[in-house]
Amino acid sequence: MAVKDDIRDKVSLAGLQPEQVGGSLVQGGPQTGGLRVEGVQTGLYTAGADREVTVREMNRDLQDKGFLVTSTADVINWARTGSLHWMTFGLACCAVEMMHLSMPRYDLERFGTAPRASPRQSDLIIVAGTLTNKMAPAFRKIYDQMPEPRYVISMGSCANGGGYYHFSYSVVRGCDRVVPVDVYVPGCPPTAEALLYGILQLQRKIRRTGTIVR
Amino acid sequence: MANTPVADNPAPAEPAQTPEVQVDPLVALGESIAARGKGAILSQAVRNGELTIETGLGSLLETVAFLKADSSCRFAMLIDVTAVDWPGREKRFDLVYHFLSMYTNRRIRLKVQVGEEEMVPSVTSIHPGANWFEREVFDMFGLVFSGHPDMRRILTDYGFRGHPLRKDFPLTGYNEVRYDEVQKRVVYEPVRLTAEWREFDFLSPWEGGAFALPGDEKAGDAKAGLPGSPNINR
Repeated sequence: MAVKDDIRDKVSLAGLQPEQVGGSLVQGGPQTGGLRVEGVQTGLYTAGADREVTVREMNRDLQDKGFLVTSTADVINWARTGSLHWMTFGLACCAVEMMHLSMPRYDLERFGTAPRASPRQSDLIIVAGTLTNKMAPAFRKIYDQMPEPRYVISMGSCANGGGYYHFSYSVVRGCDRVVPVDVYVPGCPPTAEALLYGILQLQRKIRRTGTIVR
Repeated sequence: MANTPVADNPAPAEPAQTPEVQVDPLVALGESIAARGKGAILSQAVRNGELTIETGLGSLLETVAFLKADSSCRFAMLIDVTAVDWPGREKRFDLVYHFLSMYTNRRIRLKVQVGEEEMVPSVTSIHPGANWFEREVFDMFGLVFSGHPDMRRILTDYGFRGHPLRKDFPLTGYNEVRYDEVQKRVVYEPVRLTAEWREFDFLSPWEGGAFALPGDEKAGDAKAGLPGSPNINR
């Protein structure tokens, strides 16, 4: 590590730019001794400036004045979409895909979410699996315990409309008979990606509708 | 070292030459149980390598106790209790017990015919593990077990009506749930199906059909060679 830093210092002192050659970084010059690292960026930061107009605008404002001006509603919505604490409500095999979503491959927590075991700390409940008649009153009770604003994602065929068990004697024909649903994720079970897309759609919905009563 | 067993081989080969027929140990076990059951065993048979014995309701407990205690059986593990509904039969239900002997590595199936109005003696005194199994049989078939410590439903909803695995139980049941916005609670209502009932026939249009598909009429001659399966990949 110390060696690399040493090299980088020399490179920057000499005013040299590291060259990007086919995925491998070559730092040329007699000082470096021909250091080559395959596929790993160890040199200077080469990504350009952010091309997003709003972000550049924001950066300029921030650097110029030291503060940003926006509406309260926007800030609140931004905070809400970025901190969806979700109630784990796994009822069947869909719960396994819900677990996959939390695992490093899809890593739901990079969107600021956090799984909660208590409805009183949750903003969102993901109904993952078959909702049975026996479970329905308990499910409604849990939903009622969640603080406003609260959101519901119905995950998988069973939660959407009974699915495979639509004609069964013990299954609720869709969890929207018990609670209002914001996003339906189709699939049997939906992949973790599909559920992730559903969560992004919910964020979009929150962003667009707003939650402040005027 | 490797060659020495070859020299000894002729000795073990001798029993195979004897005309004596090898009796399946499971068949022997079934016959032995039937012989010692003194009329309690109504029938015994080995089918598909599985031993099934049948007994009457009156001698159920002693049979289960015998299967557990007898030194040639030692079926100390109760695997499952379930039932079968035969609506057309005089004694409507078959109560089925599965046992495993960890000592002899054998399994056995015990069947008892039970009428709709009859009480079944609980085997929880012999196999405590039968507790939940018998509750499940009660829940699904409505068979009542006498002497059971906690005879109530185990799977279905509180206040559920009927027994789902009986053949005369309607598939969709009697009640469904919904949240009532006025009463602010989940309410039970008679089933009202919004989606129409669908009958699926599993006759694929690609195989087995006795009809000619549109545009496929000319394939009739070729199809004659292959009754019932015009293979589209042909």
